[in-house]
Amino acid sequence: MSAARRLARELTKLHEHLPPGISVALAEGFQEWRMNIKVLDDNPIYAGETYQLLFRFGNSYPIEPPEVVFKQTPEHPIPLHPHVYSNGIICLDLLDRQGWSPVHNVESICVSLQSMLTGNTKRERPPGDEQFVRSNRSRPRDINFLFHDNDV
Amino acid sequence: MDSDDDMRSVQSSDDDFMDGGDSPFSVDDDDDSDIDLDDGIGFEAQDKDIYPAKKSYEVDFDVFGPEQIQAHQDRQVEEVSNILGQPTESTAILLRYAKWNKERLIESYMDRQDEVLEAVGLGSDANVPRKITKVKGFICDICCEDDADLDTFAMKCGHRFCVDCYKQYLSQKIKEEGEAARIKCPGDGCNRTVDSKSLDLLVGHDLHARYHELLTRTYVDDKDNLKWCPAPNCVYAIDCKVKARDLMRIVPTVLCKCGHPFCFGCTLADHQPAPCALVKKWLKKCEDDSETANWISANTKECPKCGSTIEKNGGCNHMTCRKCRHEFCWMCMGIWSEHGTSWYNCNRFEEKSGHDARDAQAKSRQSLERYLHYYNRYANHEQSAKLDKDIYLKTEKKMTQLQVTASMSWIEVQFLESASQALQQCRQTLKWTYAFAYYLARNNQTEIFEDNQKDLEMAVENLSEMFEKSVDQLAGLKVDMLDKTSYCNRRRVILLEHTANDLKAGNWEFNVTLT
Repeated sequence: MSAARRLARELTKLHEHLPPGISVALAEGFQEWRMNIKVLDDNPIYAGETYQLLFRFGNSYPIEPPEVVFKQTPEHPIPLHPHVYSNGIICLDLLDRQGWSPVHNVESICVSLQSMLTGNTKRERPPGDEQFVRSNRSRPRDINFLFHDNDV
Repeated sequence: MDSDDDMRSVQSSDDDFMDGGDSPFSVDDDDDSDIDLDDGIGFEAQDKDIYPAKKSYEVDFDVFGPEQIQAHQDRQVEEVSNILGQPTESTAILLRYAKWNKERLIESYMDRQDEVLEAVGLGSDANVPRKITKVKGFICDICCEDDADLDTFAMKCGHRFCVDCYKQYLSQKIKEEGEAARIKCPGDGCNRTVDSKSLDLLVGHDLHARYHELLTRTYVDDKDNLKWCPAPNCVYAIDCKVKARDLMRIVPTVLCKCGHPFCFGCTLADHQPAPCALVKKWLKKCEDDSETANWISANTKECPKCGSTIEKNGGCNHMTCRKCRHEFCWMCMGIWSEHGTSWYNCNRFEEKSGHDARDAQAKSRQSLERYLHYYNRYANHEQSAKLDKDIYLKTEKKMTQLQVTASMSWIEVQFLESASQALQQCRQTLKWTYAFAYYLARNNQTEIFEDNQKDLEMAVENLSEMFEKSVDQLAGLKVDMLDKTSYCNRRRVILLEHTANDLKAGNWEFNVTLT
């Protein structure tokens, strides 16, 4: 169980030090973690809101990427971003097999997503959001995203 | 010499089925095309050569098995290795990196040798063997282990990980993701490709075999003139020189050694005479429209004002279009206000507005009906080909029965098999003639095409009908059946020659733009 060992070490580190705006919401066991993130600068799109990320780890983590989605709860909305579908599914090459490197970890994913939000100026959902959300039944890792614009 | 004659016909139709592939099959008896010459339909170039001239709808190709593909690769590696003065192992890496484009590789290698070698991980110190080492104070970024006696490995990029993680990473890439030639260093954003020497050092025997199999696969994937046969479990690859840009003028049907005829351009099953672009358009249309169109045709009408399609789901004939609020009568399609105050009294048949509306309606219906005309025939041949195949399976039984009851020899009952093959092949062609015809603009050419199509279709239906006869009748029908089989094959050749020649010359006019 290399995944568990690695996650145990990640957790120890996370408890010692966390980047600003990122906190552990729930990390029991090595199947599923929840992390909270906030956008720190005064980007008006995300001001005053906290978002929750749901991580699911497979047995081959970190060789394979974890499954990461935004989770909607009464306190946590889904952030508005052209790469985030309204059901919380995130289209980011880092989370895809091609873009993933086993060197990444929970913290670096959180930081990447945080900066993805920080840099965004568009108050919009991905193209075809409504249709995708209505029809998508597959898990995020089984979706073949086309990363058409890597600059957002 | 009755039986001798039969033999010959059987063989000729047989080799018509085969001669897409190995020309040696059709070298010795060319009686098939002689008959065609008698018909006086364009085979001008036929007798100029000793070899039977290739028909205009056929393309040259070769079929290669796994060993041949390997041999090809080895030969190319050898050749380039001599030119570059690099060992074969490094040359193989270079060639894979250059997607097997020899000329480009040699050119760029000559221009900037160091840069190229660097890019594929064969830089100046590449000959210093990479080793598995223990490094003091090392922490693996993947598993976070920091044991002092941890075995570690790094390629030239210096991204060092423990051997266990490296192994797990490589096995994931090879086993789960089917990658080989382009596995990257596990480091974030590192573009260094894992070369096969490093791989040899790290992975076990089982992965090794798989890795090399995948490397062979990438060879075929990378070369434009090679394609895998798409049939399930088929191990052959086809070599064909037809380029993507030629596909508007040629339909390159190839026949794999496994017996699967397919288009080299798009790897779909044989779709002559229709060019790939047309096939793609047609399949898309069928996928989108067919069932919907059938339903629409049966259950709806269009609003006479805005053309929206309307389904009548209540009993009243007073319709109000949801979209444009136009009020009309479902029966006569006329404006509702002209129906007076009466609640429903459609006696307005001669009224002008209703007449015009029905005209417009008819036009829109017409295009739908036109599509359905072609689609139904297309689908029918597809269906019939399946049924013919079922019958063929029964034919095998019939053949054995014939051998017993009519005391015919095995070779004498082969006519059933060749008839069945002819049917399959002709129906496949016919099916696609309907997609082809759907997109044809109307002109004289089209009429010739439709005549050819009609002749082939009649021939096919005649032959198909004979198949349903009982076994005791079949023996007596042998000569007739042989005739009809070879007639079918001949009609098919004529149709395909005609379409292929004009496709090559760019003479067909389509009612859509094919790209």
